[in-house]
Amino acid sequence: MQTEHKITKQNYKDYVFNKMPKSSHWKNMFWAFIVGGTICAIGQGFIELYSIWFSDQDASILASSTLVLIAAIMTGFGVYDQIGRFAGAGSTIPITGFSNAVVSPALEFRTEGYIYGVGAKMFLVAGPVIVNGVTISVIVALICMVLGVL
Amino acid sequence: MMYYKGRTLNFSNSYVVDGYTIAGPKENHGKFKGMFDLALDDDMFGQNTFERAERKMFEHAIDGIVGKCNCVHKEVDAILGGDLLNQIVSMSFAARKTHAGFLGLYNACATFVESLIVGSSMLNSGLGKVICVAGSHFSTAERQYRYPLELGVLRSPVTQWTATGVGASMLSSTCEHNCVKITKATIGRVVDFGIMDVNNMGAAMAPSACDTICQFLRDTDGDINDYDAIYTGDLGKLGMSILVDLMAQEGYDISAKLVDCGASLFWEEQKTYQGGSGAACTALVFNSKILSKFRRGEYKKILFAGTGALMSPTTSFQGDSIPAITHLVEVCN
Repeated sequence: MQTEHKITKQNYKDYVFNKMPKSSHWKNMFWAFIVGGTICAIGQGFIELYSIWFSDQDASILASSTLVLIAAIMTGFGVYDQIGRFAGAGSTIPITGFSNAVVSPALEFRTEGYIYGVGAKMFLVAGPVIVNGVTISVIVALICMVLGVL
Repeated sequence: MMYYKGRTLNFSNSYVVDGYTIAGPKENHGKFKGMFDLALDDDMFGQNTFERAERKMFEHAIDGIVGKCNCVHKEVDAILGGDLLNQIVSMSFAARKTHAGFLGLYNACATFVESLIVGSSMLNSGLGKVICVAGSHFSTAERQYRYPLELGVLRSPVTQWTATGVGASMLSSTCEHNCVKITKATIGRVVDFGIMDVNNMGAAMAPSACDTICQFLRDTDGDINDYDAIYTGDLGKLGMSILVDLMAQEGYDISAKLVDCGASLFWEEQKTYQGGSGAACTALVFNSKILSKFRRGEYKKILFAGTGALMSPTTSFQGDSIPAITHLVEVCN
């Protein structure tokens, strides 16, 4: 064994980092692009469809709701996690990912009842997103307000 | 004649009468297909929650091993074991159904080997028959340690897959017909090399495995070539190759003899990445493959080490590194 490469407690993390298999970024980005793009294209399709009957604003809200509903049903049937396993951010970032993040803990914890299970654990994954989303939008609104006043 | 040297204990009368295994559907589609006493088609096992299913697996394994050894429950002096859930509920609840003494043990995925060591010590102190049992369930462990099952997340290539299954061994202080014998054991110490990534448990546990195996060889003046195989618990493929490097550094070449229970459970296409993990790995492999190899005479003497990562989700979120432990037993024919 070459002494200069001796593994010690100090250099162990670096040694492990060099040895461990890396996720393939190009492959992950490719699938994220394909799946994320497809979800957005379907969403756009719904917007086009709904704008036949509704105003543009109502059409986009309805399209988002439809995507959320579809993702919730797919989560229930155990399909969405199969997609997420290779799509990664492609299925997490769109609004469908949010739906999956709320429905999956709700399903998982229904065995603990509707209050301590579904009610308490539903926002286990999505909770931080909501909290940070609200906090950041308040900050951004404040900045806009100050800039608007100036 | 008992003597104690370093961290290694000697046992004179600890015999493994038989083993009983229950495995989940994914495990039975893996490399050990057909080697389990009971393979489930459905990991709910007829129950309405996964926790109850795990509990029922433990109950079934205890009944199974008692039946397989032609015993009755009254003959069993003690039951030892544990699982991965908080407050080791699966094992403890399953023990309600028995009248034997019960010791609940927890050393994460090293629990099975821990129970073999404690059981062997109890036999040396005069007990007659002891059941050692350990197991885990993918769906209960996943929700306690990671994410909800249906959440679509990309898994890191260093992750492992918690095996579903329970394995039980009957240890006896007397041997009726050529039994497998537990002769020595090294009690592990907690080793922490500062790994923070909860997905990479193999890397967190490999230094502890190296520590215990080297300690055993030092305590017994043992030669690695005397052993037919060296089994580790659930290091996974990455953990195994780290262990080979670490052992080489200590002057032992174990690459040809090392078998990891977790890494050998599943096929590549079952997408478990580094292989299986969980307390079930050692319990399933010991009570199926290893015991049958001993019976067929393919093994004379092996080292069997259980590796455990002792973190909880709370400690990980609070930014602590992962301590690990490895217990080892020497198993002879």
